[in-house]
Amino acid sequence: MSALFEFLLRMGDTTLILGHRLSEWCGHAPVLEEDIALANIALDLIGQTQLWLGLAGEVEGRGRTADNLAYLRDAAEFRNALIVERPNGDFGMTLMRQFLFDAWHVQQLKALTASSDARVAEIAAKALKEATYHLERSSDLVIRLGDGTDESHRRMQAALDELWPYAGELFLDDATDRALAQSGVAPPPSSLRARWDAIVQPALAQATLKPPESRFAHKGGRRGVHTEHLGYILAQMQFLQRAYPNAVW
Amino acid sequence: MSSEWPLWEVFIRGQHGLNHRHVGSLHAPDAALALKNARDVYTRRNEGVSIWVVKSNDITASSPSDKGPLFEPANSKIYRHPTFYDIPDDVGRM
Repeated sequence: MSALFEFLLRMGDTTLILGHRLSEWCGHAPVLEEDIALANIALDLIGQTQLWLGLAGEVEGRGRTADNLAYLRDAAEFRNALIVERPNGDFGMTLMRQFLFDAWHVQQLKALTASSDARVAEIAAKALKEATYHLERSSDLVIRLGDGTDESHRRMQAALDELWPYAGELFLDDATDRALAQSGVAPPPSSLRARWDAIVQPALAQATLKPPESRFAHKGGRRGVHTEHLGYILAQMQFLQRAYPNAVW
Repeated sequence: MSSEWPLWEVFIRGQHGLNHRHVGSLHAPDAALALKNARDVYTRRNEGVSIWVVKSNDITASSPSDKGPLFEPANSKIYRHPTFYDIPDDVGRM
């Protein structure tokens, strides 16, 4: 498996699984305005998935489409970061996950706009506009709810405590990352940590939330070792294509 | 929960329109979030280039029961419509 293919799966699977998670809120969010906003973000992410996985199929050269990759792979072949498969929890948990992800996503996409691979740079430029708005929204809400009522503060702090150990995986380098960095396709994940901290830490401080001191990071998603949650997501997402192969809309 | 948030009226200037037009309303805790919500609720299909939000409470509206005194007197004053002028042919369409 080429490093570039692997990288495209990591990008596309991460946006796909988070997009799916957010879509689970559709019709259930606390207010109509948030319901629509979450669905919009979900659709943005699914749209980006089509581009990343579409290119992945092209790079692989075995004739697989974005849909084939999304619907016909098993959990161990998925390369998404673990944080995006975390259950939605309450609204605060979903927002916190979104905020921690968005802050990484924006930095990653910014760096990718300078990729040595023009196709990657092009997708990143398009996705960056969407991600910039996502981050604006999620950081705003995290600050409001963190620095809100006693209950909203308590929920946001609990969400931060639970999700913090899953954020670290986004900044771990492996051999694939090093190969991609060498060829100028993508930045080493570790290089984004300082820029991520520069966004996340001041926002959390403003939200009166305290990140855990530990830097312990759950990891494995980016090489196909997932939590039990991914299987359930795929069961729901892939059911139709698995039960009725090649069914079309 | 939404009933605790004030109502906002949303005005959008479209791609080709010059004026902001009223498109609907939504709930939001303050102006900044009302703008964001308006973006998400009312510009999903590329409708706008500019958004205004105004607290519904800040709009003073005419009362429907005043419709008679307010508007009916204008009915019988056809001379207020510029339809009695002869326009020379070479002016073309006005």
